[in-house]
Amino acid sequence: MLEQPTSLTALDARALSSGRLLPLELKSLSLETGGRRLIDNVDLRISEPGISVIMGPNGAGKSLLLRLMHGLIVPTEGAILWGGATMDGQIRRRQAMVFQKPVLLRRTAAANITHALGLRGVARSERGARAIQALQAAGLERQAFTPARVLSGGEQQRLCLARALSLDPEILFLDEPTASLDPASTLAIERLLIEAKHRGIKVIVVTHELGQARRLAQDVIFVHHGRMIEHQPAPCFFEQPESDAARAFMAGGLVL
Amino acid sequence: MLDLSEAFRAALRQIAALDPQLIEIIGLSLRVTLTAVAIATVIGFALGGVLAVYRFPGRGAVAALLSALMGLPPVVAGLIVYLLLSNAGPLGVLQLLYTPQAMIIAQVILVTPIVAALTRQTCEDLLEEYRDQLRSLGASSASIVTTLLWDGRYRLTTAVLAGFGRAIAEVGAVMIVGGNIDHVTRTMTTAIALETSKGNIALALALGMILLVIALAINMALMGIRRLASHFAYA
Amino acid sequence: MMGVCTRRNVLGLALAGLAFLACGVPVAWTADNFIIVQSTTSTQNSGLFEHILPLFTKKTGIEVRVVAVGTGQALKNAKNGDGDVVLVHSEPDEAKFVADGWGVKRYPVMYNDFIIVGPADDPAKIARLKQAPEALKRIAEAKAPFASRADDSGTHKAELKLWQAAGIDPKGASGNWYLETGSGMGATLNTAVGKRGYALTDRATWLAFANKHDFKVLVEGDDKLFNQYGVILVNPERHQNVKAKEGQAFIDWLTGAQGQAAIAAYKIDGQQLFFPNARPQS
Repeated sequence: MLEQPTSLTALDARALSSGRLLPLELKSLSLETGGRRLIDNVDLRISEPGISVIMGPNGAGKSLLLRLMHGLIVPTEGAILWGGATMDGQIRRRQAMVFQKPVLLRRTAAANITHALGLRGVARSERGARAIQALQAAGLERQAFTPARVLSGGEQQRLCLARALSLDPEILFLDEPTASLDPASTLAIERLLIEAKHRGIKVIVVTHELGQARRLAQDVIFVHHGRMIEHQPAPCFFEQPESDAARAFMAGGLVL
Repeated sequence: MLDLSEAFRAALRQIAALDPQLIEIIGLSLRVTLTAVAIATVIGFALGGVLAVYRFPGRGAVAALLSALMGLPPVVAGLIVYLLLSNAGPLGVLQLLYTPQAMIIAQVILVTPIVAALTRQTCEDLLEEYRDQLRSLGASSASIVTTLLWDGRYRLTTAVLAGFGRAIAEVGAVMIVGGNIDHVTRTMTTAIALETSKGNIALALALGMILLVIALAINMALMGIRRLASHFAYA
Repeated sequence: MMGVCTRRNVLGLALAGLAFLACGVPVAWTADNFIIVQSTTSTQNSGLFEHILPLFTKKTGIEVRVVAVGTGQALKNAKNGDGDVVLVHSEPDEAKFVADGWGVKRYPVMYNDFIIVGPADDPAKIARLKQAPEALKRIAEAKAPFASRADDSGTHKAELKLWQAAGIDPKGASGNWYLETGSGMGATLNTAVGKRGYALTDRATWLAFANKHDFKVLVEGDDKLFNQYGVILVNPERHQNVKAKEGQAFIDWLTGAQGQAAIAAYKIDGQQLFFPNARPQS
């Protein structure tokens, strides 16, 4: 039985500490390449903890938006501010991202996590224990010493998520994490995300699946043609979308 | 007419007799080439990895130069090293000419561009897949290089193998800087050249066959490792 | 199992292997007592050095390392200081080498002779001619293939002198019937045999040559085919690294009783290859 989005009072003190990174503010953000405006003048403010979902039809620019937020791409115009500070390496280290296709090194599952921990400067003696912990939380402890690339798609994605969580991030980005996964794996991933939320991690996830959005979202950001069309709390968005595009999307039609 | 079966029999006879001169020649060939390949691998991996990951002005030019140097004729490499190590040259004081060390230096010059260029290619391919994730994890450029090198380790054995093949088979460089001195700098390839010039064609062929077998054996060993690796999805 | 292949283990193994290899190699550094002799491919291919050098080493404990290249290259290498002693067979060049101050003194050591070899069917009909230039003339007229060393070696210079005596400049036919191989004696003989043509070679190399097919000695005995070898110590005043003492020891031995006897004793198929003719030392 999946949980419904819970109220803010259920979150622990951790949520408040991440307030140093929140609010996330995108100001007149634009991205232009080859003469095409891929992200067009986006103004956005995310200040509440919990799971924010970015939705929209394919090609809307959701992935780009996520990458911009995480600092993987530099915008052509505009600013991205985390708690008032501009994006830099230090801030990126307090975040983690899971990509649509699992990206795993040619090592065992556990080694993938210890490698990431090593990059973050975690002491060698601690890495093993933290890796096992993360694997257990994701239900992968039996695959700890299996070569990561031999795991199934669902297991690989869970491993990527476990790796991200092992880094103790304050912000967690996910780009269509369950797009190609079976329902059981999807369920497992969503469970982990909800647990993360409870631990006070701010989760920003891109999805084009309505059902998933309904299950997870605290608030919904609807994107179309590189523009931000709507940003509303989840119940409001699902019951009464403000824009035609969102309405058409919800109705399951093709939104051009 | 050249009798291949005669040559084959001569080869077997030499091997069976464990001719000490033959053992000495094979030993020197392997020591010189393996040492040169080992050194070239260290330099080449580092160079290739850095070229793949770091952005700096002139990067394209260096990459192009490396690719061009892959085709450096061995005899030219030998000539360059000879000019450097000759007593009339800048490094003459090292007294390295006509020693195995000089041969190693010349072969390092030949092998490094191959390893570096192939390493760069492998790392660039891997970077396509890993770049975003590694940046997300906050990896510095240096740790990206080491991560890619380790991750591509089985693909990189191909690069090392290519370098080995070039070195074990060349005669131009080792002949000029080594001088083909009996018991000191005579390798399989220079011995083949000598025996051919003495008209001992059968013996030269025999040596050639032994050289081929050695090269084949090393190739197969590395192939075996790669097969094992892909079984564990490490390839 | 794969856990063993950790990065640290592999690195450690690699370094150990490298150290092992590197240590195994400086075979050359341990043997301190050696001299480098720049000599010619013809002398080396004849097998003379394998015969006489061990005797010298046994007597003096000095190892002799021979670098065998063409006469021109041998003298050039010596000028660069890349050798302690030069042993070649081109008197005018040797004289100039000493006159220019690169060498200390030239000592005659031994001689052999040149011969003209060719295929059994002898298309240019030069067999048993008494005059070598006449033979070359017939080869030119018949446009029979002739393989020349063309590498500035003693043999090559002797060959050119013969063409001069015959009044013919073969260079015009280079690539045609006159084949300039630019290689050592053995390689040039291989070319002659392969093309079923003629070549001028020293007798020693020919006797030791193993790829004769049906080729025969066609012209010999002419005075102009006399081939004198000389040995010179590289001038230590020009190059500090020259091992003058050991080099001179080698020259003294070579021109002395034991060395001369060793040279005379070297035979292939009962035939003597080199004839010692060092002047008695005062």
